Amino acid sequence: MNQNQLTFKELCLKNFEEFEKKLNGEKQLPIKDFREKSIKHLSNLDLPTIKNEEWKYTNVAFLNKEIFKVAPTKPDISAEHIDKFLFDKLEHSLITFVNGIYDSNLSKLLDIPSGVEILSLSEAIKSNNSNLSKLLGSFLDDTNNFFTTLNSSFINDGALIFVPDGKIIEEPIHLIFYQNSVSGKSLIQPRNLFVIGKNSQVTIIEHYVSDTETEYFTNSVTEIYVDENGILDHIKLQEESFNSIHIGRMDISQKRNTNFRSHLISTGAKFSRNEFNSRFDGEYAESMLNGLFMITGEQFFDAHTLIDHAKPHCNSYEHYKGILQGNSKGVFNGKVMVRQDAQKTNAFQENNTILLSDSAVMNTKPQLEIFADDVKCSHGATVGKLNDEAKFYLKSRGISEEAATAMLIHAFASDVITSIKIEALRDYLEKIISRKFN
Amino acid sequence: MLLEIKNLYANINGNEILKGINLNVNLGEVHAIMGPNGSGKSTLASILAGREDYEVTEGEILYKGKNLLELAPEDRAREGVFLAFQYPVEIPGVSNTNLLKTAVNEIRKYRGEDELDAIEFLSLLKEKSKLVDLDQKFLSRSVNEGFSGGEKKRNEIFQMAVLNPTLAILDETDSGLDIDALRIVANGVNKLRSKENAIIVVTHYQRLLNYIIPDFVHVLYQGKIVKSGSKELAIELEEKGYDWIKNQKEELPV
Repeated sequence: MNQNQLTFKELCLKNFEEFEKKLNGEKQLPIKDFREKSIKHLSNLDLPTIKNEEWKYTNVAFLNKEIFKVAPTKPDISAEHIDKFLFDKLEHSLITFVNGIYDSNLSKLLDIPSGVEILSLSEAIKSNNSNLSKLLGSFLDDTNNFFTTLNSSFINDGALIFVPDGKIIEEPIHLIFYQNSVSGKSLIQPRNLFVIGKNSQVTIIEHYVSDTETEYFTNSVTEIYVDENGILDHIKLQEESFNSIHIGRMDISQKRNTNFRSHLISTGAKFSRNEFNSRFDGEYAESMLNGLFMITGEQFFDAHTLIDHAKPHCNSYEHYKGILQGNSKGVFNGKVMVRQDAQKTNAFQENNTILLSDSAVMNTKPQLEIFADDVKCSHGATVGKLNDEAKFYLKSRGISEEAATAMLIHAFASDVITSIKIEALRDYLEKIISRKFN
Repeated sequence: MLLEIKNLYANINGNEILKGINLNVNLGEVHAIMGPNGSGKSTLASILAGREDYEVTEGEILYKGKNLLELAPEDRAREGVFLAFQYPVEIPGVSNTNLLKTAVNEIRKYRGEDELDAIEFLSLLKEKSKLVDLDQKFLSRSVNEGFSGGEKKRNEIFQMAVLNPTLAILDETDSGLDIDALRIVANGVNKLRSKENAIIVVTHYQRLLNYIIPDFVHVLYQGKIVKSGSKELAIELEEKGYDWIKNQKEELPV
């Protein structure tokens, strides 16, 4: 049968068996049930359309015209391919996935405190890891999410980080997802699960990279749970091929007194959708969702966030910034939900966009839904050009048009960059901005 | 002759603001341009610095014998033109040091000079910041962000000191300054005054000219220089007010 005539959903359903056959020796494991339950559920779901309010500006119908390999293979990659994505002068643990598959040769764990588990999902499946079977799928709702259910159906590899109570991991954990799809387009579906125990602290960098031309589709899901007093610093970095598709989702559930700081820094893909759903499941918790995306050419980028204030006395701070060039299109859809019980909530949300060309388009939709009556919330959005007056000021001091523009772009991005705690990462990001705009 | 403005006409959005300005400035001279609000003082300053909002419809400006109007704003700066802004712009995220380092090195590159290394540059900043009593802490702060009015104006003169222009235009640098800040700013300017440069002081009030003594005073009214004289003209203006000029102008035959 000509696969060309299949819709994306049909393609995935049809290839599920073939995918399962390749996974030898997992017949008796609980993960098999998880997959089969998910694929059954997938058959009842449909690819979202722009009639769905959550996908209003983001049309994924093009997926129906493409053919993907649902069981990607891992080529042998030398360390040089990965080295350029490392941060200078940073002690860190490194876990590398090539086409979604764990690569032990390109990974290196520093000494970690006893009881902490940092491992690949594929290893955990094989060893029948008890945390995995107990916790997988507990912290996100996939009832209506086509892409999450798809990820669950083909779950095979990804990063697992289990930090028991009272452990502090000083060095950041750097997860690199390097995609190199040589023959045909692979559908790569990393699944990550991070569980941070009481009074524990960790920094995790999820880094999606590829070489410039390669074509593939990443559909990633990250589940996070932070228990009481836990601190998680999370950075998602996206530097992907202009021919790639990326649909990523991260869900986080925060208990009492926790602190979650997140940054999404992206130079995009051809098509990207980044969903963040953050939920306060305990009082006095704090979350930061900062983002910076820089896109150009024909790139499409969608940041879709939900901050759910389900409990009182929590603070959320969200600030997303976009820099758009060429014919690129950006979307920011950020909702802050304050439930009836969530008194004394503080929520701040802002989205600022700079359009560097006349043909770039930004759709921004900041939303507040408030059902409590004693809260402090604000939101806002701006879309504009670089400040001409500031540019003239710089030029009047002898600075060229190009250098003045680059300085103002660095300046625009600076408050998001400076809110990242790791200096080596800030330096790395400044270099990305310089390469793009200087 | 450093600067020669000949029969300059300019408009913004079709409104004619300058209607035939003539002005000659030599090295070593300080010229004050005074006039009531709306007379075209700031327009003239902006055109000299290269602000693009204005359209020059007639006349020319020669600077060191070159056609100034053909130069981009950054090239004017590299040729030694400096405008101290009436309203210095706040640029969050760009530090004063970063601005000056980029500016100094781009200017040096244009002139075929080597870039300054970090140590040379810092000692230059240190030396010049003393001229206007500027705390070193200012250097790492964002350009003008959260500065008081006086601090902004001091920062303009500090930049002037670092960039060492041949022609400096001070656009209402005295506006909004208390007397202490005014003295600091004027002292800074006086220390920079030399035989190798020229300064045009644009001001509404005579007050600043008590501290920066001009060689020439010109009165701009309705887009034209209607009166020129020595520093005494400024004092006369202060006493009689601009109505004196307005009335005189009306008496002139058309």
